[in-house]
Amino acid sequence: MLAHIRPAVVLLSLFTLLTGLAYPLAMTGIASTLFPWQAGGSLIQRDGKVVGSAVIGQNFVSAKYFHPRPSATSATDPKDPSKTIAAPYNADNSSGSNLGATSKALIDRVKAGIKVGRAEGWRGPLPADALTTSASGLDPDISPQYALLQAPVVAKARGLDAARLRNLVIAEIQKPWMGFFGEPRVNVLKLNLALDALK
Amino acid sequence: MTLVGWLQIGLILGLVALTARPLGLYMARVFSGERTLLSPLLGSTERIFYWLAGVEPDHEQGWLAYTSSMLVFSATGFASLYAILRLQAYLPFNPRHFANIPPDLAFNTAISFLTNTNWQAYSGETSMSNFTQMAGLTVHNFLSAATGVALAIAVTRAFARHNAATLGNFWVDITRATLYVFLPFSLLIAVTFIATGVPQTLAGSVDAVTLEGARQVIALGPVASQEAIKQFGTNGGGFFNANAAHPFENPNALANLLQIWALLAVPFGLLVTFGKMVGSEKQGWALFKIAGLVLVGAVVIVYAAESFGNPLLTHLGLDPSGGNMEGKETRFGIALSSLYAVATTATSCGGVNAMMDSFAPLGGLVPMFLMQLGLITPGGVGSGLYGLIVFAIITVFIGGLMVGRTPEFLGKKIESREVKLAILAVLILPLAILGFSAVAAVLPSALASLGNNGPHGLSEILYAYTSAAGNNGSAFAGLNANTPWWNVTTGIAMVLGRFGYVVPVMAMAGSIAAKKKVQASLGTLPTDGGLFVGLMIGVILIVGGLQFLPALALGPMVEHFLMLAGKTF
Repeated sequence: MLAHIRPAVVLLSLFTLLTGLAYPLAMTGIASTLFPWQAGGSLIQRDGKVVGSAVIGQNFVSAKYFHPRPSATSATDPKDPSKTIAAPYNADNSSGSNLGATSKALIDRVKAGIKVGRAEGWRGPLPADALTTSASGLDPDISPQYALLQAPVVAKARGLDAARLRNLVIAEIQKPWMGFFGEPRVNVLKLNLALDALK
Repeated sequence: MTLVGWLQIGLILGLVALTARPLGLYMARVFSGERTLLSPLLGSTERIFYWLAGVEPDHEQGWLAYTSSMLVFSATGFASLYAILRLQAYLPFNPRHFANIPPDLAFNTAISFLTNTNWQAYSGETSMSNFTQMAGLTVHNFLSAATGVALAIAVTRAFARHNAATLGNFWVDITRATLYVFLPFSLLIAVTFIATGVPQTLAGSVDAVTLEGARQVIALGPVASQEAIKQFGTNGGGFFNANAAHPFENPNALANLLQIWALLAVPFGLLVTFGKMVGSEKQGWALFKIAGLVLVGAVVIVYAAESFGNPLLTHLGLDPSGGNMEGKETRFGIALSSLYAVATTATSCGGVNAMMDSFAPLGGLVPMFLMQLGLITPGGVGSGLYGLIVFAIITVFIGGLMVGRTPEFLGKKIESREVKLAILAVLILPLAILGFSAVAAVLPSALASLGNNGPHGLSEILYAYTSAAGNNGSAFAGLNANTPWWNVTTGIAMVLGRFGYVVPVMAMAGSIAAKKKVQASLGTLPTDGGLFVGLMIGVILIVGGLQFLPALALGPMVEHFLMLAGKTF
């Protein structure tokens, strides 16, 4: 058995140095040279301040902005650390709802979401992503259908022409790679930045 | 299902098929000790490693010494990883001052990464320091993958050799697997990931002020370097809680393409390696077809089930054309989420780009069933290959019983000892999965962890033990697995699934290596043709799957019919 211990300990130590320190630190060095923006989290700045990441969703509640999908992320309750509270788009604690297809909690949540959406002014068919939570709770994108569903609501809140907002949404649609790979989508943060830049 | 969806699936699987042969032949050279493209670069490092470790690379080991080396190496890895987890508050690279990991969770996590399971009862961004992620978890991503491949190569040599007493040298095999296969490819994959938007930084987090003026803390870290080996070594343990559904692990469709390719490349490539090393590439391709056909069949079912949408939500007015989007990311949609779910459970990866718990009942059944078959279509790196060989032996045995001849596989007579050891290995999975599930299903402290009620709750239990015993690591994550009961029992299931499986397999390999190779005769069942492919798929489904059907009927199957009948829980 002793004959096995020396190679086990020595190789584990050497591979810890090689794959656990040299490799990730070398990658960090290469990344900061070749792709510094991506390596640092694809951060978007406006007026010199970080307003979010291009690939991470953030919460929007005001009618003046396009809303992302519902999010199931949570945070520690500041009043009682043993409990958690809902905290949509908490990029410090990614999570899905993990509700199954026959979950009553899922059905009730969607029902409530439809009610709120219709009251806000959603007209027409309801795209699936508008009422379902994403796997990470940090989905940065929505479907073009969901963005278009919201366009009249945002137009009204901002006092803008609905057709103009429709065109803005269409301009912000990211098409699949080579026309077929991936899904057509709209990045909510980028859309809202474009919206703020209108006038 | 759409044509565009199938085109996306076809592109990824086509890439995997295209790269399998070059990668497989390269690995055959690596493990035959031949010179490769990278030898001038890495040869001296390799020799220094052997010298420091006191390893004589030409000294080969018999099955028992080889297996003992593997067990000692795994035990050493467990001790070191457990120590890192328990002491991380005192170690460097801890920008967010995370506390030490409690004993039951550290036990579970150390076993999880050591057995290539990468089951995660913790949430990475809220508990693991950068040091733990790099020097703890990333290291075992490499080494557990290298260990799996080494074992598979040892079993391969048993069929390649005549009257042999040895199967190779474990230390040489893991060193060459890490240096020549996993590390160089991880470098390339990591750089590509970074280009697509995966972070790689030592910062712990960044604060943003959103357009509405709210504060958003965005967790960061050395993600890309871990993500690369996580996929390429079919490990599956994410940097973040949401795994490859997190936009930082998997930011867009191109990253997703690389993710799925990387997790399938080595398991399929090793089938070519096997064929090459035993002197029959055709045999490798027969195993390739068996694994590929089951995988494609599984994609058809999952993609259909997820495209259908949730009828309970359609009833409320949701447009069903979007499919079942609960727990899925917009950028991947239904097609790429379905393929990922199948690829990750047909291998031992276990990373996810969508939440399995929210899949349609039948869409979640298939990943669970693929794992219950033994994770052999094509399975994890190495473990898939030796699992397939076990089923090939059972298949020639059953074929031999049908026609009344002594079974042979690749010129080796398969006798009572080999069949007994193969069956012993195969029985470990139902023992661990059904045994623990039966207890958990009646134990109040275990049931308190469930995230869903009704039949879906049973599915969560079954899935947890299936994933642990199969060394997969994906989860129906509504289950709160970070409790002493779940940490300890899934930890035991992982040990049984890895070592309880591979020790009999290595004993079998030892006895096969010692046999002489006999010439194929007219009475030999050819094992590289269509008949064998069909027969072996049947054996995998029946011998591997049948014992789980009663449990599956009570979980996902009954849930499917209750969903159609409009029942909720």
